[in-house]
Amino acid sequence: MPAKAAERHRQGQSGPSGGKAVPPRPAKAVSKKRDEDVSTEAGEGVDEWAAAKTLVKPPDQLELTEAELKEEFTRILTANNPHAPQNIVRYSFKERAYKPISYVDQMAIHFSLNGNMILKDSDEGRRQSIKLSAAAKKAPVETFAVTSEEAEIKGEESTENTQPAGEEEAERSGTAEVAEAAEVEEPPPPSVKEQKLANQFNFIERASRTLNNPMRERACQSEPTPCKNFSATANQWKIYDAYVEELQKMERSKEKEKPKAQIAKREEEKKKGRKLTSLESQSDDINKISKAAKIMERMVNQNTFDDIAQDFKYFEDASDEYRDQQGTLLPLWKFQYDKTKRLAVTAISWNPKYKDLFAVGYGSYDFMKQGQGMLLLYTMKNPSFPEYVFSSESGIMCLDFHNDHPYLVAVGFYDGNVAIYNLKKATYQPSYKSSAKSGKHTEPVWQVKWQKDDMDNNLNFFSVSSDGRIVSWTLVKNELVHTDVIKLSVEGTTMQGPEGLQLQMLGCGTSFDFHKKIDYLFLVGTEEGRIYKAHVFDLNINKYEALCTQLVVAKKKNKITHIQFNPVYPVVIIGDERGHVISLKLSPNLHRMPKEKKGQEVKKGPEVEIAKLEKLLNLVREPESKAGK
Amino acid sequence: AEVEETLKRIQAHKGVAATIVINAEGIPIRTTLDNSTTVQYAGLLHQLTMKARSTVRDIDPQNDLTFLRIRSKKHEIMVAPDKEYLLIVIQNPCE
Repeated sequence: MPAKAAERHRQGQSGPSGGKAVPPRPAKAVSKKRDEDVSTEAGEGVDEWAAAKTLVKPPDQLELTEAELKEEFTRILTANNPHAPQNIVRYSFKERAYKPISYVDQMAIHFSLNGNMILKDSDEGRRQSIKLSAAAKKAPVETFAVTSEEAEIKGEESTENTQPAGEEEAERSGTAEVAEAAEVEEPPPPSVKEQKLANQFNFIERASRTLNNPMRERACQSEPTPCKNFSATANQWKIYDAYVEELQKMERSKEKEKPKAQIAKREEEKKKGRKLTSLESQSDDINKISKAAKIMERMVNQNTFDDIAQDFKYFEDASDEYRDQQGTLLPLWKFQYDKTKRLAVTAISWNPKYKDLFAVGYGSYDFMKQGQGMLLLYTMKNPSFPEYVFSSESGIMCLDFHNDHPYLVAVGFYDGNVAIYNLKKATYQPSYKSSAKSGKHTEPVWQVKWQKDDMDNNLNFFSVSSDGRIVSWTLVKNELVHTDVIKLSVEGTTMQGPEGLQLQMLGCGTSFDFHKKIDYLFLVGTEEGRIYKAHVFDLNINKYEALCTQLVVAKKKNKITHIQFNPVYPVVIIGDERGHVISLKLSPNLHRMPKEKKGQEVKKGPEVEIAKLEKLLNLVREPESKAGK
Repeated sequence: AEVEETLKRIQAHKGVAATIVINAEGIPIRTTLDNSTTVQYAGLLHQLTMKARSTVRDIDPQNDLTFLRIRSKKHEIMVAPDKEYLLIVIQNPCE
C-alpha cells in the first residue's frame, strides 16, 4: 500500500511535469511496467497508462518517423566512471613506442570529509588515552608513587620470599607485580614531565624585563713608554771594546770579593776615588783634553822645528871622514824658560828610562848672589816648554835620577839640604826634604847619588858636601834619615884648637862616584885635588889630580857649567850660566866607538876602561911623584 | 789650569793659525776662528776622524788612533782625538 501511494504521488507529480520532458516517459513506462508486474491493482495502472496515452507535445520536440520511434535503443549500466579517461597512453622505453594502458582507474570520488577519529590501538590513541587518564588522576599520583614504591619493595620482598617456595608462583607474582610496578612507574614520570604543559586555548604569554644597568665605558691609558731611536754599526772593534769592558767588570767584581780585612781600606780608597771623580766632573771639562793637548803641542813644535827634528834623526855629517878622530857638534834644540833666565844651570841629568827626558837643576854658583832654585824637566819632543817645573827656596846644586824608579829625583841644595821629588805626584813640592834637624849639610851639597835599596827595601842615596861629610840618606817610613858615612879628613892638617882640642880639618868633597859593581866602594873627589878611594868603613887616599874631561866645543860667551851625554842618542846637552840648555848632536866620529856606537862615558867593558885608566894614571902619577919628591 | 796654559801656548806658537776644541758629538766648544768656519771644520774633521779611527781599529781592534795629520798645500791640519773631545790645530809650517 505504501507503494501504491508512492505511485500515485509519482503520477501526480508526473502529470504536471510530464509535459516537460519526453525521455523520462519511456523510463517511466518501464517502471510502470514493473509496477504493473508487482502491484496487484491493475485498474489504477490502466488509468494511469490511459491518461499517459494522451500525449502533450512540447513545442520543440524532435520530430521522428514511426520507424524511428520503434527503434530499440539498448542501454547498459556499468560501474565505469564516465569521467575517467579511456585512452591513457604511456611511453614504453622497452618497445620505444607509446602504449595504451590496459587498465585505467575508475574510481570516482563523490564526497570526502576528514574526520577526527583516531584508532584506539594506535600510538596516538594510546597517548591520548593516557593523557586523559593522567589528567583525571593528578592528585592521587604522588601517593600512588609512594605506594608504588612500597608495592615494589613488597613485590621484591614477596619475590624473595616466594623464591624458595616455587619458581612458577614467584614468576607469576613477580611478573604481576612487575607489571603493576611498570604500570605504576609509567604514570609518575610522564606526569612529572607533562606538568608544565601550557593551556592551549587560553594562553597568554607575559614577560617582563629587568632594568638593565646603563653600560659605561671607562678606559685608562698609560703613558707610552719613552721610545728612542738608536742606530749603531757593529764593527769588529766595537765588539772588542764590549768584551774588554765586560772583562774589566768581572775583574772589578773579583776584587770586591777579596777578604773583608781589606774592605775598609778599599772603601776609603773608593771614597777618595769618588771624591776625586766628582771633583773632576765638577771642574772644567777642558781638563779632560790634557793628553790630546800635550800631543798637539809636541806636534806643533815638531812642525816648527821640523828641520831640527829631521837633522836629529837623520843627519850624519859626511865631512867627518876627512877629519881623523875629530868631530863636530851640530846644534839642535835650545831649551829655555822665562823664570830661569837669571839662574845658571847647575846640574843636568838624563832620565834612565825615558831617553828623551832630562832634568836640569838651576841655581847659582855665585856665593854672593844666592836666590831661588828651580828644577825643570824637559823632553826633546817639546823644546819650547818644560814638562815639569819645580821651584825651591835655595839653589839646586845637584840632582840624580833613581835607576829603578825613574820618577824619583834626588836633589842637593846650596843650603845643604837634600830633597826627593816624585814626578808621579802632581805637587810642586818635594816629597821628602831634609832639614836642620834631620842632619842636613852645613855646606852646599855638591853631589847626590842614588844607591840600591838597602836590606829593608828602603830607598837610599848618598850626598857629598863641602862640609866634609858623606851622608847616606835613607827613606824610612816617609822620612829621611841620615847616616854619616865618612868624614873626610885632610892629612897633616890637624891644628891646635883654642881649648886644646884637636881639630881635624875636613876636606871639601866636591864629587864622588860609586863603583858600578861593588856597592860600598866609591871614589871621592875633593877641592884639594885629591881623589879618595873610599870604602864605607875606611878610607884610602890616592893622590890624584882632579879629573875632568873636556870636549872641544865652540866658544861661547857664557861659561859652560855642565854637560851630559845621552846614553842612547848621539846627543849632548850643555847647560850654561845664563840658564840655557843647548842640545848638540855628535858627529859620527865622536860617537863611533870601536865596540859601541853610543855616546862616551857609558856602559863600557869595565876591564877595557880599567886598562885605559891605569894608563892615564901612570901618566899622571909619575910626574907628580917626581914632583912630590 | 795647566791644560789651559798648554792650549794658550799652542795658540801663541809660531805658525799656528787656529785652534778648535770639539766634543764627542762634533759641537765646537772652543775656537779661535769665526763661527761658520769653525762649524764647517768641526763637522768635516769629526767625520774624518771617526772614519780614520774606525779604519785603524778594524784592522786591529787593540789599536787606536792617536793622531791625525793632513798636510795640504797651504797649511797643515792636525787632529788629536781624545775619549770625549777632539783637538784641532791648523798650522802654517814655516819654511
